[in-house]
Amino acid sequence: MTTVDPTASTRNVIRLTHGKVRLALHLLREGWGRPLLLLHGLGECTPAHAPALAEQWSGPIYGLDFTGHGASTIPTGGGYTAEILMADVDTALRHLGKATILGRGLGAYVALLIAGGQPALVRGIVLTDGPGLVGGGIRPGTTHVPTVDLSRPGPPDPHAMVELARDVRPTDYAIEYVRQIMQWSELDTPIAVTAVVRPEWLAAVVGEVGVIECPVAEALTIFADQT
Amino acid sequence: MAPSDIAPPDIAPPDIASTVRSYPEARRPDRSYWVSSGGLPIATYEWGAPDAPPVAMAHGGFDFAGTFDVLAPLLVGGDRRVISWDARGHGSSGHAELYSWNADLRDAAAVIDAASPDEPMVFFGHSKGGGLMLDLAHALPHRLTHLVNVDGLPSKNNWPDLADHERTKMLRGELEGWLDHRQEVAAAVRRPGTLEALAARRMRMNPRLTQEWLEYLVPIGGEEMVDSAGVSEGWRWKLDAGLRFGGFGPWRPEWSMQRLPGIGVPVLGVLGLENEMMGWGTKPADVIPNSPPVFRFEALEGVGHFVHIEQPEVVAGFVLEFLEAHP
Repeated sequence: MTTVDPTASTRNVIRLTHGKVRLALHLLREGWGRPLLLLHGLGECTPAHAPALAEQWSGPIYGLDFTGHGASTIPTGGGYTAEILMADVDTALRHLGKATILGRGLGAYVALLIAGGQPALVRGIVLTDGPGLVGGGIRPGTTHVPTVDLSRPGPPDPHAMVELARDVRPTDYAIEYVRQIMQWSELDTPIAVTAVVRPEWLAAVVGEVGVIECPVAEALTIFADQT
Repeated sequence: MAPSDIAPPDIAPPDIASTVRSYPEARRPDRSYWVSSGGLPIATYEWGAPDAPPVAMAHGGFDFAGTFDVLAPLLVGGDRRVISWDARGHGSSGHAELYSWNADLRDAAAVIDAASPDEPMVFFGHSKGGGLMLDLAHALPHRLTHLVNVDGLPSKNNWPDLADHERTKMLRGELEGWLDHRQEVAAAVRRPGTLEALAARRMRMNPRLTQEWLEYLVPIGGEEMVDSAGVSEGWRWKLDAGLRFGGFGPWRPEWSMQRLPGIGVPVLGVLGLENEMMGWGTKPADVIPNSPPVFRFEALEGVGHFVHIEQPEVVAGFVLEFLEAHP
């Protein structure tokens, strides 16, 4: 799990507004060209340094702390959905412009959603393993009202840990996003899956035409070459 | 937990005073207090004797507890205590940064725990509140004695059957609308107007309800804006401008209906058969195959989605008869 680097969080943080939330967008490394945007896993935050996996990326590297994570606002009373986090990323993209996204765990699922939501701004997504990759399955399970322990308010927000660990991800819903991406993206192969673990939603994504499977470095090389 | 233990000491209880409008048979609640749901204040109201058997009533989307001001006193007349609350972002409850079905469930559970920590109660829900209470009946089966669902049974049969390319195009529009909406919510405010104008605006979504009733609701679900000189600048609904009509996400209507057959307590289902914008368009044929073991089902011709407002005496009669028949 990554930790907050207090130096990075004060020096290279861009503050963005999404509704009543202030988001922290971290500049991890300067560069020339299209930005690479990192999306962390459930309960994590943007790493203190650009990951070694992305060292060949020539453009600037940013990381976004989702709502309730890292240096972003912790809301009162929860209410998290993956669709809200998609809008977090939309806020970052409207600031950055066109970007390639490297999503980890929960961030991989959110990367799929935002690539469907903003196919003109997202220039390729790389979906990797990490916390929150599985979600809550493809249909609702037994209903329960989980107790949220607020004695340690976070970050990460305890509500986020509970709610985003059980968000339902139907396969047909995931496929609808793949089809959005395939229909409107300017790239021929805009989705690269590098995750070893394949929950049902991700297995459905991999089964769609045009989705490639390869290591992270190779995926980033492919997307870096796409103008 | 007694209400006095729940109320934050520095905030006055939610307003239950009579307002500038009245409506035949409508009565404001007898008590009010705040319930904290993860730190968010939920405005909670009660009608009836504090020791009468409790009924927890969940309102529908974009409504508030005051919409039970006619129905609740009718149930109190049947020796019941009615507890209702304004959902987060609605009425006088706190405006949250985030909204979700699971958050609404948690808020409802917090109110139920606070209002009746030991005694199981009747769960009653209208529209979206009906769906919430269906879910809660599964999550907290030890907390209810009966379930009453009023026009709150979504059915997949009324969702359009679209070809793939049509679905892709429709999702494109939904995604653009959702993302644009999220960028605008920080600065969004409800449009002000006269009391009469707010009522007329609401009538567009509730075309079967009367102007008189909707004007009665404005001072409860809205607030009058007054400038520094004390001059009115008009009324505004208190509803959080960040809330948006129409769902977005992976939810499927059949997920709610699939909760119905497994309810172990007696269930009363009431459906208004006049189709309208705020309703689900569910037909009896969608409901009957999902009947739970003990089920009374009433489908009313010539009545719309707001069954309990159009025909409060009929609904109250159903509920009290049903409770008496299944003690």
